[in-house]
Amino acid sequence: MQRFANPGRFMRLSGKIMPWCGAGAAITFALGLYWALFVAPPDYQQGEAVRIMFVHVPAAWMASFVYAFLALASAVALIWRHALADIAAQAAAPLGAGFTLLCLITGSLWGEPMWGTWWVWDARLTSVLVLFFLYVGYIALVNGFDDPTRGARAGAVLALVGVVNLPIIKFSVDWWNTLHQPASVFRLGGPTIDKSMLAPLLIMAVAFTLYFAAVLMLRMRTAILASRVRTARLGEMEPMAESRGGQQAAGSVG
Amino acid sequence: MTAFLALVARDLRLALRQGSDAALVVAFFVLAVMLFPFGVGPEPQLLARIAAGVVWVTALLAALLSLDRLFQQDYEDGCLEAIALAPLPLEAAVLAKCLAHWLTTGLPLVAVAPALAALLQLDAGGYLPLVFAMALGTPSLSLVGAVGAALSLGARRAGVLLSLLVLPLYIPVLIFGVAAVEQAVAGFAIRPYLSILTAFLVAALPLAPWAAAAALRPALE
Repeated sequence: MQRFANPGRFMRLSGKIMPWCGAGAAITFALGLYWALFVAPPDYQQGEAVRIMFVHVPAAWMASFVYAFLALASAVALIWRHALADIAAQAAAPLGAGFTLLCLITGSLWGEPMWGTWWVWDARLTSVLVLFFLYVGYIALVNGFDDPTRGARAGAVLALVGVVNLPIIKFSVDWWNTLHQPASVFRLGGPTIDKSMLAPLLIMAVAFTLYFAAVLMLRMRTAILASRVRTARLGEMEPMAESRGGQQAAGSVG
Repeated sequence: MTAFLALVARDLRLALRQGSDAALVVAFFVLAVMLFPFGVGPEPQLLARIAAGVVWVTALLAALLSLDRLFQQDYEDGCLEAIALAPLPLEAAVLAKCLAHWLTTGLPLVAVAPALAALLQLDAGGYLPLVFAMALGTPSLSLVGAVGAALSLGARRAGVLLSLLVLPLYIPVLIFGVAAVEQAVAGFAIRPYLSILTAFLVAALPLAPWAAAAALRPALE
């Protein structure tokens, strides 16, 4: 793990892996969407509206998964002070916020035909909304300081505090019996969802994960390159400042 | 322990001599609650229905309003660095400051809450549960708020940032605090809700000072 903390090594490795992730995401998205929207059977109760699930459920998984990733990267950043972990956490946060928003919007679109309402103050929905605000708070906090390292460390602490929300999201449907259905894939005793729907769902989940990996690497590479550009610019300015200082000193002597 | 008590006493003295802070928080609480009868109309049934929620939400906002002075003043005049250098662990110092903060803002809110509930026509059976729930809930607000105040210390637009960080984390306290009062009015047992509020407090007591101290250290470097 520690060996990959070297930004140079990360740039070389990610440069090789990223195109594969991107291509894999494109292929699995095409396959998964075709399967989900055309091949998979309509639900016996929900009809065609069930197809929203193939976007909604992977987005919801990713929303939690990315937060867990964000918290893990923050913990690594706080404990071992790896600059790369900070970069990873900051690169992941907007992606996680995007997945959470996608999950909320698709859930709302799905709720209207099924439950007859866009929104209910159900435990699952509320805890996911809180997750969205945790992401937004993290992004605002990281960008709220003039000193970027201070923002990174404050954000890391916030990310760890927010972890308490993850088990609440996962178990909210079991603890509070409300409109949102209980877990039907990751549960003791196997999934209750039919194979004809489970297969495209899992392909979509793989597609979302590959997409996240590809864009995460892209964002991390961009952040590393941007900091290199900044360092190089500062390096260029130093001799200029020195020569100007020298001239002024000479002028004052003259 | 003496250092801990000395810090609590110092913060209490500061709050009492400057005087206006606790009074302002209570004044905000009363004023904000008074807005609701104007906003939704004065029908007693309607007010009684929303009373518990209104009192809790405004108490939350009042607590939020007072958070910035938890560390801000000490940070600006350098006292916070002296506190961090003292032999007392920073976590304990944060706990002391939270205690002083709760005594000067949380406790007055708890004391005023039944009067406001009466103004909002809350059923008489709800007064005592409201006081119990707020007495158990407001210390959690101070503790969780300390984490937010420590995180946003020295940030640009710290006040707005603080509300963005803290309000989502206040939601559980709000849910169970309101539920306790509403269940009492409906004639059900309130013990489970008070137990959950106590559980929050017991979890926040060690974790929040620890997180807040972790957030304060980079601010003091």
